[in-house]
Amino acid sequence: MSQKTEAKAEGASGIKAGDVKDDGVITCDACPVLCRIRPEKTGACSRYGNVNGKLTRTDPVIVTQQISDENGGLVPFLPEQEDWDGSMNFQSPSFITGIGATTTYPDYKPAPFIVSSEHHDVDMVTVVSEGVFSYCGVKVKIDTDRFIGPESAPVRVKGEKIGHVTTAEYGSQMLALGGVHHLTGGAKKEGNVTCQSMLSLCNKDRVEMTIDGGATLTVQAGEPPIIDTNQEERMRVGCGSAAIGMFALQWHGHADEVIVVDDHITGVLSEHQSGKFLDMPSAGIRVRGRRSTPGRYFQVAEPGAGWGGTDITEPLSIIESIDPDVAWAGLRLLMVSTTGEDQAYFILDDDLKPVPAEMPADLETSVDRIAENCEPALSTVLFMGGAGGSLRAGVTVNPVLLTRSVRELRTRVTCGGAPVYVWPGGGITVMVDVLRLPNDSFGYVPTPALVAPIEFSMSREEYLALGGYEDHIKPLTDVIREGGLHGVQPMAWQGNNPWPLAERMALEDT
Amino acid sequence: MDVPQVGLLADGRRLHLQHGPIDLVIEAFGSLDEVAAAYMQARLKFETVLVELAKELSVLRRPLCDLRPNVKGPTAIRMLDAAWPHRETFLTPMAAVAGSVADEMMSALLDGRCLEKAYINNSGDIAVYLTPGETLKLGIVGQLFYAAIDGTTELAFDRPVRGVATSGWQGRSWSLGIADAVTVLAENAAAADVAATLIANAVNADHEAIERAPASEQDDQSDLGDRMVTVNVGLLDPTTVEKALGNGIEVAGRMYEAGLITAAVLVLKNEIRALGDLPATLPETVSIKGNDNG
Repeated sequence: MSQKTEAKAEGASGIKAGDVKDDGVITCDACPVLCRIRPEKTGACSRYGNVNGKLTRTDPVIVTQQISDENGGLVPFLPEQEDWDGSMNFQSPSFITGIGATTTYPDYKPAPFIVSSEHHDVDMVTVVSEGVFSYCGVKVKIDTDRFIGPESAPVRVKGEKIGHVTTAEYGSQMLALGGVHHLTGGAKKEGNVTCQSMLSLCNKDRVEMTIDGGATLTVQAGEPPIIDTNQEERMRVGCGSAAIGMFALQWHGHADEVIVVDDHITGVLSEHQSGKFLDMPSAGIRVRGRRSTPGRYFQVAEPGAGWGGTDITEPLSIIESIDPDVAWAGLRLLMVSTTGEDQAYFILDDDLKPVPAEMPADLETSVDRIAENCEPALSTVLFMGGAGGSLRAGVTVNPVLLTRSVRELRTRVTCGGAPVYVWPGGGITVMVDVLRLPNDSFGYVPTPALVAPIEFSMSREEYLALGGYEDHIKPLTDVIREGGLHGVQPMAWQGNNPWPLAERMALEDT
Repeated sequence: MDVPQVGLLADGRRLHLQHGPIDLVIEAFGSLDEVAAAYMQARLKFETVLVELAKELSVLRRPLCDLRPNVKGPTAIRMLDAAWPHRETFLTPMAAVAGSVADEMMSALLDGRCLEKAYINNSGDIAVYLTPGETLKLGIVGQLFYAAIDGTTELAFDRPVRGVATSGWQGRSWSLGIADAVTVLAENAAAADVAATLIANAVNADHEAIERAPASEQDDQSDLGDRMVTVNVGLLDPTTVEKALGNGIEVAGRMYEAGLITAAVLVLKNEIRALGDLPATLPETVSIKGNDNG
């Protein structure tokens, strides 16, 4: 009879193009059956589904592998067709992730995969699940000095409150989004918008949000933030005054005046405390704007996309006057922005007019160093979720032992293979950088709550001591061959993540 | 578009083929050369099975009436052959699709080969090949959602069964009924498949704990149209269970009398009913393990 489709949005991975119809129905082109798939349903195979209007491989279990051959290629997943003599050629060190592992309900059933593999002759057990995180949130760090909105102001998506602005940190503004109160404590729409926004952020998609009394933000993990219409490029090295303080010594002797152009505070070296300390003579070059303290000027220009976040493209336009009684012919002037992106070098001629000249190598080095010290401005997204609840029952019959084992670093927790920070105190509350997870590792359930992969790795001995489900332990090779409910998908190990089965895991974590 | 997937399972003996909704596990017994050649034939045939089938899907999804539709694909012909004798009941040839694919793949596996025995399991619908003296032991599951072997039956060369299929409301296809599992033994997998589907549809009763929804709401392309399919079965009283199983047994009995099936095993909640020529040891009741929500 008609093939059953199931509403399974969790564990989505591997987006494919599908033909979206007006009513949200997608025609799947993954196989010749060409199923028409309604929103949040899967096709006849239950391998592909319509997730948020995208044709999506629903839930293959992701097995990550360390690169083993010299060319950096993966060992073939399936035997070569001519060579299927049954020999295992899946020899790369492999780690099964919770991505696509699906979840069990009720929780006391053993987790979908309890997998053993050997690591340097130590029998390791990894318990893999996709956890449904009723308690979860997202912390966003936005590298910008721009004002995005007052502290504690609501952050909204589609008009719904999904979180708030929290305390600013170094060179960045911080958002605290999601959390149980917005997910399930408010109106249904608030919960759904919050869930979808968190899901998008965690899956590295772009989300536009507004802050009450502040800016409109476009945030995407690992990408420069867009604030109102401005895309941040670099975090500046500091304000113009700070840049003077940092580089004064490197400029001293190579320039007679340095003006660091910045939308917040423009610095003028010879007037600045740093210049005075180096006994630099006054250069008589007065910049526009309002002088705050010696050598520090506010509002030298309007904000804009020019030098140092101002609207100027012609640096000399910020010079108000050059005092003929103080300046001298041959005076060497460096002008630079706080990111080092813009720079110019001038020498005053006999009429004390600045004439562009080739920048001496020493100054060029210092300008490059400004740029070098400016990190790219990014939005970064940490997923935070509590795995200390009933999810533990899928791992062991005595859940608190798992909590203790995690706390004592005998069990390593990973999310989709990515390292996590386990927050001290009660429970197993973890934080993970979503960029370290494979794409589309997160899903959701209509509760609403996020679904995230989670793996607990420990020695077999430890697992049994915790009261683990010994009968359910399967060798990794069997899981790989037989697949989960919907097959196994190999994926290259993300090289910046530590291998979760490493020995002496407790010591390596710090 | 995804291509057919081919691989050996971890034991190195069973061939795994997957394409779209078709998922086959094949095991052939015989000399190494013959098994290897048979697997190669199956692999080659598998390249085209789904494509051929997809071409005629629109015809195969239509309910059967007295005019037999003309189909060309070998799998589609098997589907019609299996469904045709049941046309007085509402059904479409899709009721036999899984079994027919298993049968068609079996004929490709065997073509010109000399094997001792073989089976092809298409997600629970199984085609079997036996030679004199050979037997194949099958496990029977009482509950599809949390599958565990509750009983066994042994198929032998000198008996007519070459196909086994299981259907239930929690299986891969929508069911009109509430059976946890109906297993049918028949001459081939296609015949078993269609019979299991129809008997499972017949295992039915009215009860407030049974949730139903129109098939069309679940799946636009369902061949069941607006018919109500089972989406959940809660706790049932013994009278309801008895009545539903009785309805199923009545339909199964008619099929047995007509020579369309050899045997059937019906499971609902913890109750089990068997009918026909079943060389099996079955428990009085089914132990449903690890699952209490039915």
